[in-house]
Order: sequence, then C-alpha cells, then structure tokens
Amino acid sequence: MDRLPILKIGSVLLVSIQIDMQDQMALQLQEDLGQRIVDTGCKGVIIDITGLDIVDSFVGRTLSTIASISRVLDAETIVVGMRPAVAITLVELGLSLEGIRTALNVERGLELLARSTEPDTADDLELFGDPETASS
Amino acid sequence: MTTSEATDRQVQAISSDEDVVRVRQLVRTAAVAAKLSLVDQTKVVTAASELARNTLVYGGGGSAEVCRVLNGSRHGVRIVFTDSGPGIADVELALTDGYTSGTGMGLGLSGARRLVDEFHLDTAVGAGTTVAVVKWAR
Repeated sequence: MDRLPILKIGSVLLVSIQIDMQDQMALQLQEDLGQRIVDTGCKGVIIDITGLDIVDSFVGRTLSTIASISRVLDAETIVVGMRPAVAITLVELGLSLEGIRTALNVERGLELLARSTEPDTADDLELFGDPETASS
Repeated sequence: MTTSEATDRQVQAISSDEDVVRVRQLVRTAAVAAKLSLVDQTKVVTAASELARNTLVYGGGGSAEVCRVLNGSRHGVRIVFTDSGPGIADVELALTDGYTSGTGMGLGLSGARRLVDEFHLDTAVGAGTTVAVVKWAR
C-alpha cells in the first residue's frame, strides 16, 4: 500500500496530503508519524491538508488521534491549509477536531511552532515576570 | 422520495476501502455535472463518504447507486446505499449524535443527514439497510 511521505525540515516534520486517502492510509500515517517523532526527536508536526477536498469523520478522528499521539511524544501538531468549504462542512457534520491547533498555511504553522517550542524567548519570560523584581 | 427524473445512473460496489474512495469520486463528478456549488459538492461528497463507510463497516459491504436527478428545473444528485447486513434495530438511536455501535465517532448517520437535503432510511433487523439521500443545487 502507498504511504504518505513525511519530510523533516529542521526540527519539524511535514506531511502534505495530496491525494484522496483510503482509510488504511490514514491509519498508516498515524503509525509512521509516531515512529518518526521518536526517531527524530522533532518537537513539531505540520499536516498540510490543502489537497484534501473533504474531511469526513474518519479523517477528522485520525487527525485528532495524531495530535494526541504527538502530544504524548512531546511534539505539537498543527493542521494547516483547510479549504473554506471543508471547514463549513466539518462544522455542519458536527466534528470539532478537538485538541487540534490549526493555521492558515504552512508558513503560519511554522511560525506558531517556532513560538511554542522555544520557551526561552523574552516574550514567555515576561509572562512569569522577572523573579528579582517580583520578590521586591 | 421526490418524484424526479434520474439520469447518468452509476452503480459502485462497496467491498473495500478503495471502493469508498471510488464512491466519493463518482459523487463528486455527479455533483459537478449537476452544477452544485463548491460547498454543496463538499457536503454531499462528505455525506456519501460517511454512508459508504457505514455500508462497508456495519453493513458488511453493499453498493452505492449514484445518479443525477431533475425536478422541474432543479438539478441534484441522488445516492442510494444498499447493504444486506444486520439492519438497524433502533433507528432513532442510530440517528442520535454521538451514538456509535462501533469504533466511529457516532457522526456518520446523523452528520450525513445534516449535510443533505433529503434523507430516507429504510431498515429492518436481519433485512439490511437502504439509505437514500439527495442534494439539490441552490
């Protein structure tokens, strides 16, 4: 059976779904991604669904499961590139894609990952306040 | 079911994952031919995908008949899914959001019904299930 290629770019794994997937292929992706996260130690996964002209409950559930598996393996998943018609249909179908972060495109997804996987940036430190000034 | 003229009738057997993909493609082609909007095409293809999977997983396989329908000047797509599986004992329950007898999310039947304009379910325990749906162009 065909497999979807998983590309590694820096510390991010990228999957671009360009074909009408059979259910089995979606399940295979789930397994392959888990393995690649462990093998590479990547902290982020981007799944590009620009090429998907529908997301039904099976694909939706698979995306949710992938996000959960990644989280357990200390990686964050972002689904990017959902077509507007797909978004409208998903909502009407009743699928909420729980636990999935989304971004409009790959570029925004990468930005989002860069922000959330680098906790040592000045922005994040400000949230907790400076320990010296906070105690005085 | 609304009285309507049916054309371009095509039947696809559903006995594997690949057949579910084929049903989606047939429905997409018919929806484009019936001049459904992009959103309506997406809705009817998604509904067909849910129902085809139900036919495969719960009905043990069956078939989908896809055709274009015309009611007056209104174009649409009709898909009839038939299986000779165990049938559905409690239709009300099966149509409830979140109810699942298997491993799904319980959105198949109820979700598909929301995505189409007409939805007819005909089932009896031991006598299989037939689901007929229509999506009309606006």
